[in-house]
Amino acid sequence: MRSPMFQVTRRQAIRGLLATGAFGLTVKLSACGDTSTTASNNDITAGFIYVGPRDDYGYNQAHAEGAASLEAIDGVKVSEEASVPETNAVQETMRSMIDIDGATAIFATSFGYFDPHVLALAEEFPDVQFFHCGGLYEEGVHPNNVGSYFGYIDEAQYVAGIVAAHATNSKRLGFIAAKPIPQVLRNVNSFTLGARTIDPSVTTQVIFTGDWADPVREAEAANSMADQGIDVLTCHVDSPKVVIETAERRGIFASGYHANQAELAPQGYLTGAEWDWSNVYTNYMTQILEGKTLMNGGIPHLVRGGFQDGFLKLSPFGPAVSPEAQQAAEAAKAELVAGNLVIYKGEIKDNQGQTVIESGKELGQTAVELEQMNWLAEGVMGSVGGWGVWVDGVDGWMGGWVVDAERLPGG
Amino acid sequence: MSDRWRSLLEKICIPLGALLAALVIFGLFCALAGANPFGVYHSIYRAAFGSWSSFQNTLIQASPLMLSALCTALPARLGLVIIGNEGALVLGGLAAVAGGLTLGGWGLPTPGVQLGMALAGILAGGLWIAIVGALRHYRAVNETISSLLMNYIAIAFLNQMVNGPMRDPASLNKPSTFPIPSEHMLGTLPGSRVHYGLVLGLVACGLAYFLIQRTTFGFAARTAGGNVRAARVAGLPVGKLTLAICFLGGACAGLAGMVEVAAVHGRANESLNANYGYGGVLVAFIARHNPIAASLVALLLGGILASGGILQRAHGLPDATVMVFQGIVFLSVLYSDSLYGKLPIFKARPPKVRPTPPVATATLV
Amino acid sequence: MATEALGWWGVPLAIVAGTLRGSVPFLFVSLGECLTEKSGKINLGLEGTLLMGAMSAYAISFLTGSPWLGVVTAGVAGLFLGLIHGWLSQQPRVNDVAVGIAMIIFGSGLAFFLGKPFIQPSAPQLPTFSLAGWTQIPQLESALRISPLFILGVAIAPLMQWFFRSTRWGLLVRAVGDSPDAARAMGISIFKVRMASIVAGSFLAGIGGASLSLFYPGSWSERISSGQGLMAVALVIFARWNPIQCLFASLLFGGAQAIGPAMQSVGIDAYYYLFNASPYILTLLIMVITCSPKRTLTGAPGALGQAQE
Repeated sequence: MRSPMFQVTRRQAIRGLLATGAFGLTVKLSACGDTSTTASNNDITAGFIYVGPRDDYGYNQAHAEGAASLEAIDGVKVSEEASVPETNAVQETMRSMIDIDGATAIFATSFGYFDPHVLALAEEFPDVQFFHCGGLYEEGVHPNNVGSYFGYIDEAQYVAGIVAAHATNSKRLGFIAAKPIPQVLRNVNSFTLGARTIDPSVTTQVIFTGDWADPVREAEAANSMADQGIDVLTCHVDSPKVVIETAERRGIFASGYHANQAELAPQGYLTGAEWDWSNVYTNYMTQILEGKTLMNGGIPHLVRGGFQDGFLKLSPFGPAVSPEAQQAAEAAKAELVAGNLVIYKGEIKDNQGQTVIESGKELGQTAVELEQMNWLAEGVMGSVGGWGVWVDGVDGWMGGWVVDAERLPGG
Repeated sequence: MSDRWRSLLEKICIPLGALLAALVIFGLFCALAGANPFGVYHSIYRAAFGSWSSFQNTLIQASPLMLSALCTALPARLGLVIIGNEGALVLGGLAAVAGGLTLGGWGLPTPGVQLGMALAGILAGGLWIAIVGALRHYRAVNETISSLLMNYIAIAFLNQMVNGPMRDPASLNKPSTFPIPSEHMLGTLPGSRVHYGLVLGLVACGLAYFLIQRTTFGFAARTAGGNVRAARVAGLPVGKLTLAICFLGGACAGLAGMVEVAAVHGRANESLNANYGYGGVLVAFIARHNPIAASLVALLLGGILASGGILQRAHGLPDATVMVFQGIVFLSVLYSDSLYGKLPIFKARPPKVRPTPPVATATLV
Repeated sequence: MATEALGWWGVPLAIVAGTLRGSVPFLFVSLGECLTEKSGKINLGLEGTLLMGAMSAYAISFLTGSPWLGVVTAGVAGLFLGLIHGWLSQQPRVNDVAVGIAMIIFGSGLAFFLGKPFIQPSAPQLPTFSLAGWTQIPQLESALRISPLFILGVAIAPLMQWFFRSTRWGLLVRAVGDSPDAARAMGISIFKVRMASIVAGSFLAGIGGASLSLFYPGSWSERISSGQGLMAVALVIFARWNPIQCLFASLLFGGAQAIGPAMQSVGIDAYYYLFNASPYILTLLIMVITCSPKRTLTGAPGALGQAQE
């Protein structure tokens, strides 16, 4: 393990070598492009890493917009790298940000960066703070300089579900999802639960595309849902552009995700669940500038928030949203902001008819059970496939590999 | 100056000239995009080769490409164009996890588990590409298209297994298999953060070279690759050769998958599908299917990949810049192949002045 | 807004619809590659051409408001990439497959690089018309809504067939692809014929890209092609270098793409990864069944992929 002292001296040594050596000319010529070495020592450099392109009209763009808002803060420099795969390439990116750009805070925005990549680098650079989006920090298990943040965007999906239930004629909603993972299932369930507070007969059809970005399959899914009479679509994929546009072309309603996609569907856009990362990132950087760190306990390791904490936004209502729908949505949102509304309040059954949350039991947003969700609520058509409640089909085929729902920690 | 020296000089100068020309073209491209080309050159150097630390990055990026390239390079000696590296790699990774978990569960010591994982990866990848060879030989199915199709099938299979029967329920938002215990993981080379995959890659490239150039098997393969009909007439077992060389190629890609699992991820998940397969195809073709050259081309590609990040961070260029850079470098290198024996400077008189780099600007049109 | 669900009828309908809309890029790229390979060269780089076409079509359609101008630009962008490939792959000692792979990276890199500003905006789409004016069922109306590009592609296939069979130029291309030596003896410029075939093929592939971004799914993003270009190149082998069979192969593949999502929408949700892989499995199975070692592939150009002297 290298000491931070050694890094500084080595960097200086390289710089000295370069200045005196054959590359002296290059260094002088490139002074304008080479911002990292000219940064003043007081500046804090924050490194942002995205898994896809920065402008995808979706997940990564929401983060990049958050990062861009930091440029306004005095004493903060932002270093960004996009399209970094979840392999050891991301470790090298983090290292390079630390070594070359002098980053002291890393924001790794994709879930797959966490284990083993962020954890490995955090061990190696104990003085750098690593903030990871979506991971579940475990006290005592994970290094002290790792923090995890995420938003309860399902609150916004819950409200979007309320709007959707008002808009639908067929009482059938559609959800195009990438993968049956807890973050996604929670959105599907909250969307459905929100809709069913308005009309308990509303159902949500879910289609998993199996990929975070596959426009053709997303368009096929959207079209086949429209064929089945579904008239409101929402999604959880990295880039919802195609889903929203296809819905508009088919003349059905759409509810956005990640960012505001109202422009793509001027007729049918209802509302959307948006991130407000600028708020989250500004908070983090202000705290860091005040000298607070994860290590000295000034910054909590696990940061979560919903409407109440300014993690989320709701897209402005589209023209198709009726006044009563707006009222109902605003009311639900106000309750969520006030912290009075619990989405996961028993009794909740899954779509196999089994009780997953007992009557009278309330799971607040912070409940760990919700971060491990592996069921679809009553009213959702579809299955999480392959594990949890759905194992019968695989059983004969792969025998020993089948994982029982009972083995879920806390589930 | 003797002819031998002249030919050696040609072999050194032409690729270097191609790289130089590519850098000039890429510099122009960057200048058009509003970045300072000299700053860009400096950054590329600094991020890929400038220090031991950044060179390690290059090595790390290069090592899976070496093994993966052999999956194309070996069968190419038999005249087969196989691009199924990605599929063999992910299946190798998946099988390595299955093997590692099973053997680890039996309580085998670490070397046994690691050997088991390597064998599982080799078998899975090898059999997968051997199917391609079998389809070619027994059903005359074109090996390029079948191996491409089998990539998609293998990736779908990986996803199905990782999301279904082999999923570790604790892998919440990124469905993965159960992890291999850390004591069974492959370590890093002493004094570095480069894992043993690099050694395996270099050894495999060396062995492959030996096998092709110095053994009867290699000779038979090269003969059959030259002309299958003549080889049949000469009594060479073309079918067996096809299966064997496809197995070996696939085994290398499968081993690459095992290394990704056992040295990097510790489990199998969709990250195994990280384009190392297609990178390997590129490396093999650029290296003209020579295993030793493949290891050098892999280093070059590793260096380009390692410098991709700094182009974004220090120069504000978009993430796709590194792809353009890659494209220019490889097109230029490919063009330079046509220059051997053409440049008068290596023909008539000994080169007193530094040869000018071959002008490859036309590749950009 | 119709509210009746189609139920199980949705699956065949989705497959038909998928055939009509999802097959267009496959059709154009495979026809382009068919022309290229008939002249004896392989252009694996059409994946990059496809992306470049998709990007430039979308960009021009957005900037000028004319999607048709976008289609033409896509073709021209393809043409330029074709020039690079045609020139480079005909240099001595240069392997066309290798150039193709490098061109995939170069073409898609360039498309991503130049396409950044166009991810956000919405570009005007190509007009479509429905074959189902007679029906009151909106699902059917939508499923049978086809693009003029589809018609164009369907028309090009027999035209190309006729071109190869019955025209002097077609004969030239075939002669160059089958026996370059004989062609050279006839005084034909191998370089020029191959260059023309590659460039024309890339032009078609560029238009295939336009169909991705201006028809279906009708949007520009960096993930717009999930390997359709590469797959279409492979389909040419599947189609035995026959333009009409390229058409059928593309229709089959476009339709098979719709199987996975359509099955889920009617409640078949097990193994969806494997269902999503059905186009590939299906193609492989058909190849295994129809190929035989007893006969060589009919239609394969004799000099395909052979090194330049």
